[in-house]
Amino acid sequence: MTDDEMDQIDRNRRHFLTIATAVTGLAGAGLVAIPFLSSLKPSARAQALGAPVEVPIGSLEPGAMVRVLWRGKLIFVLHRTETMLSLLPDNDQYLRDPRSEVTEQQPPYAVNENRSVRPEILVVEGACTHLGCAPLEKFEVIPAEHWNGGFFCPCHGSKFDLSGRVYKGVPAPTNLRVPPYRFVRDDLLLIGQDTGAA
Amino acid sequence: MADLNRGFLKGVGMKIVEVVLLVSCIAWTGAHAAVEVDLERANIDRSNINSLQRGARNFMNYCSGCHSAKYVRFNTIGKYLELSDEQLIDNLMFNAEKTFETINVSMRPQDAERWFGTAPPDLSLMARAKGADYVYSFLKGFYVDPKSPTGVDNSVLAGTSMPNVLWELQGYQRATYSEHQETDAEGQPVTIIDHFAGFEPITTGTMDAKDFDEFVRDTTNFLSYIAEPIRADRRKLGVWVLMYLIFFWIIARMLKKQIWKDVK
Amino acid sequence: MSRIEAEVGKPKGGLMKWIDDRFPFTKTMKYHVTEYYASKNFNFWYVFGVLAMVVLVLQLVTGIFLTMNYKPSAEEAFASVEYIMRDVEWGWLIRYMHSTGASFFFIVVYLHMYRAMLYGSYKKPRELIWIIGMLIFLVLMAEAFAGYLLPWGQMSYWGAQVIISLFGAIPAIGDSLVEYIRGDYSISDITLNRFFALHVIALPLALIGLVFVHIVALHEVGSNNPDGIEIKKLKGADGVPLDGVAFHPYHTSKDLVAIIVFLMIFSAVVFFAPEMGGYFLEHANFEPANLRATPEHIAPVWYFTPFYAILRAVPDKLWGFILFGTSVILPLFLPWLDRSRVKSIRYRGSLYKSALALFTVSFVALGWLGMQPPDGVYVVVARLCAVVYFAFFLLMPYYTSIDKTKPVPERVVYHG
Repeated sequence: MTDDEMDQIDRNRRHFLTIATAVTGLAGAGLVAIPFLSSLKPSARAQALGAPVEVPIGSLEPGAMVRVLWRGKLIFVLHRTETMLSLLPDNDQYLRDPRSEVTEQQPPYAVNENRSVRPEILVVEGACTHLGCAPLEKFEVIPAEHWNGGFFCPCHGSKFDLSGRVYKGVPAPTNLRVPPYRFVRDDLLLIGQDTGAA
Repeated sequence: MADLNRGFLKGVGMKIVEVVLLVSCIAWTGAHAAVEVDLERANIDRSNINSLQRGARNFMNYCSGCHSAKYVRFNTIGKYLELSDEQLIDNLMFNAEKTFETINVSMRPQDAERWFGTAPPDLSLMARAKGADYVYSFLKGFYVDPKSPTGVDNSVLAGTSMPNVLWELQGYQRATYSEHQETDAEGQPVTIIDHFAGFEPITTGTMDAKDFDEFVRDTTNFLSYIAEPIRADRRKLGVWVLMYLIFFWIIARMLKKQIWKDVK
Repeated sequence: MSRIEAEVGKPKGGLMKWIDDRFPFTKTMKYHVTEYYASKNFNFWYVFGVLAMVVLVLQLVTGIFLTMNYKPSAEEAFASVEYIMRDVEWGWLIRYMHSTGASFFFIVVYLHMYRAMLYGSYKKPRELIWIIGMLIFLVLMAEAFAGYLLPWGQMSYWGAQVIISLFGAIPAIGDSLVEYIRGDYSISDITLNRFFALHVIALPLALIGLVFVHIVALHEVGSNNPDGIEIKKLKGADGVPLDGVAFHPYHTSKDLVAIIVFLMIFSAVVFFAPEMGGYFLEHANFEPANLRATPEHIAPVWYFTPFYAILRAVPDKLWGFILFGTSVILPLFLPWLDRSRVKSIRYRGSLYKSALALFTVSFVALGWLGMQPPDGVYVVVARLCAVVYFAFFLLMPYYTSIDKTKPVPERVVYHG
C-alpha cells in the first residue's frame, strides 16, 4: 500500500468517525433536552389544581349568568331564556362559523345551533379568541343593529352571539371555546370533564 | 467611647458563652454516640409491590390518623403500587376525596401539639432522613416504662412523646439490660447497667413475633418508598444513560486515536 | 456608491466574511481554538479545567430550571424542593444533577488546583492565572455555601448558623457583622431571600466573569505542561511550537473522551447514589429546618471539611477563625512561596516531593476529620494535620530553595 492510499483510508476513517461522534453527541444532547423541556409542562400540582370544578346550577335563573374559574380560565355559565334561544337562528347570516365547523373550538357534543349539551345552558370560555380579553355581556336586544344579545369584547370590538358564535367583520377569528363539561346531576355541572373518556 | 467599650466587652462575654455552649454541645454529641443502640436491619425489598401495598394499608390505618405525608399524592402511590382509582378510594383514602390529593391529616397541628407536647412530624421523608433501619427499629422499640406519660418509652428515640400505637398487634414488652454486680466503696453490692440488651414480652398481641416483624417491615418499606417515589425510575433510566455513554465513549476514543495519529 | 454599501448589497466571500468584517469571529476562533497550541504531552491531570467548564455549564442550566420552581421563602422553600422532586415532571433529575454537580464542581476544582501544584503551573509567568483561579475558588465556596441554605433543611439552617457565627469572632465588629450578613437577629426568611439573590445572580455573574478572565490570561501566556517547559521557546519554521498541538482538533478530541468518562461517573452518582451515602446530600437535610433543635451530628458538606477541621482544631474562637481564614487564603501566595528553579514535580528534589506528599495526606485527613465528631484523638490528629498544612506553605521558601532539583530537558517527554 502506498502512503497516498494509506492517507486516503485514514482520511475516510477520520471523516466517518467525526460524523459518528457528532451525531451521537447531538442525539445525546437532544435526549437531555427532553427532561428539561418536559419540566416546563404543568406539574402534578398544577394538574391537581386544574382538576374539574363543580358548578351548582339549580338556582341559576333563566337569563342569569355566573362566572367561574377552571384552571385559572374564566368560564361563563349562562342560563338562556326561551326568547334568547328562539332568536339564535336569526343570527346565522351574520356569523363567520354558524355551524361550529372549527372542530377545536368545542367538543363534538357542542356542535349544534345552541353549542351546548342542554339547550338552555351555555358553557363557554370567557376569553375572546382574538387576544384573550374577557368579553362583556350585552344581552339586551337592539333590532336596529341586528343585535339579538350576545357578548362584546371591549379590547378590540369583537362580537359573539348568545351561543358564543363570532360575528363576521371583527378581529376575533373563531367562536368562543367550549370547555369539556358534563352534568353530574340535573342541578350540578362539572366543568373540565366529559362523560366517558375525558 | 464608653458605649463602644461596653459593647466590646459584652461581645467578649457572649463569645465565652458561645464557646462554652459549643464545647458542651460537642461533648454531648460524643457522649450521646456512646449509648446509641444498634439498629436492627429492616431488610426491606422496595421492588416487592405486595409488601408496599400492605405497607400502604398499614400506614393509612395506623399512622395517618396523626401523621401526614403531605408531599405524597394518592395517584402517585396508585400508579406505582398498581392500584386503580377505585381501589385507592376504597382502601386507602379515608378523609381525602380526590386521588390527586396529598396525604393530609385532619388533626390541626396546634391541637396535636397540645395533646402530644409536640406535633407528630410529617412522614413523607422520614425514612430518608433517618434511614429504613431506624424506622424499623423505632416501630419495634417501644417498651413499658411507668415513668413515661404515655406508659412507654422507645429504645431508639428515648423520651418520645409517641404512644405505642401497635401494642394491640405486638403486645407489651419490657426492656432488658446487660448488667453486672460490683461492690461499692462501702462493700455493698450494686448493680451496674452496662447497656441495653433486648426486649422481653409481657403480654401477647394479636400477631406472633414473625408476623409483627413482617407488618413493621411492610410499613417501613412503604415509608421508604414514599420518601423517594422516583427511586426505581432513576435506576432504570441510569442503566440506559450509562449504556449510551459507553457507546459514545467508544466512538469518541476511536476518533481521538485517529486524530492523534499525526502527532509524533 | 460607497464601499460598505457595495459589501452590504453583495457580500463577497460569503456570510463568514460579512461577519468577520464586523466581529472578530474567525480571528477569535483561531486565537483560542484552532491555533491555540498546547503541549502534546498533557496527561490525566490536564482534563480538569475543561471538566470544570462542563460542570459550570451544567450548574447554570440546571440552576435556571430549578429557579423556575423554587420558592425563596422560609415558609415555602423546603416544600418547593419536594415539589420539584415529586410534582414537577423530571424535576428530580434536574435537582439531583444540580446537587451532584455542586460536589463534582469541588472534586474537579480541587484536582485542577492540585495539578497546578504538581507541575508548578502557578509559577512565573502564570501567577495571575493562579490568583484569578484562587478567586474563582473563593467565589465558588461562597456560591456553594449560599446554595446550601436554599433547601432550608436542618443542615442548611444549622450549617449556615455555624459558619455565619464564625464572623462573630472578629473583635468589636463581629456581632454587628453577623447581623449584617443575616439581615436579622437569627437566620431567617430574610437571610434565605438574600442568599438566594447571591446564589442565583451575584455570585454566578462573578464566577462567569472570573472564568472568562482566567482563560484569557491562560491563552495569553499559554498552558503549562507536565514537564514544566515553556513550549513557546522552541518554534518551528511555521511559528508553531515544536511541542505544541492545536487545541482543536487535538485537545478537543482528547477532552471529549475525558468529558464522557466524567459524565459516566457523574451519571452513576445521579442515578444510583444521589445522596452518596450522605456526603452529597446529608440525611438531616431531608428534615425541614427546625429552629428549636440542632441535629445531633453537624458537619458541613465534604468540600468544606478540610478547612472546618482546622477551625475546630483551635480551642479559641477568634484564633480558630483566623487560622480557618488563613488556611483558605494561603495557597494564593504559592507563586511567591515557591522558590524552586523548576516547575514540574518530575524535576523537583526529594524535599518538595516529601513535603507535597505530607501535605496531600494531611489535607485529605483534615477533610475526613472535619466530618468526625471532634473527640479526643480526632482533635489531636487534626491539630497535627493543621500544623503540616501550614508548614507546607510557610516553610516552602526554605525547602524549595535548598531542594536538589534535576536538570530540565529541552523538549517535553512524549511517547507517541
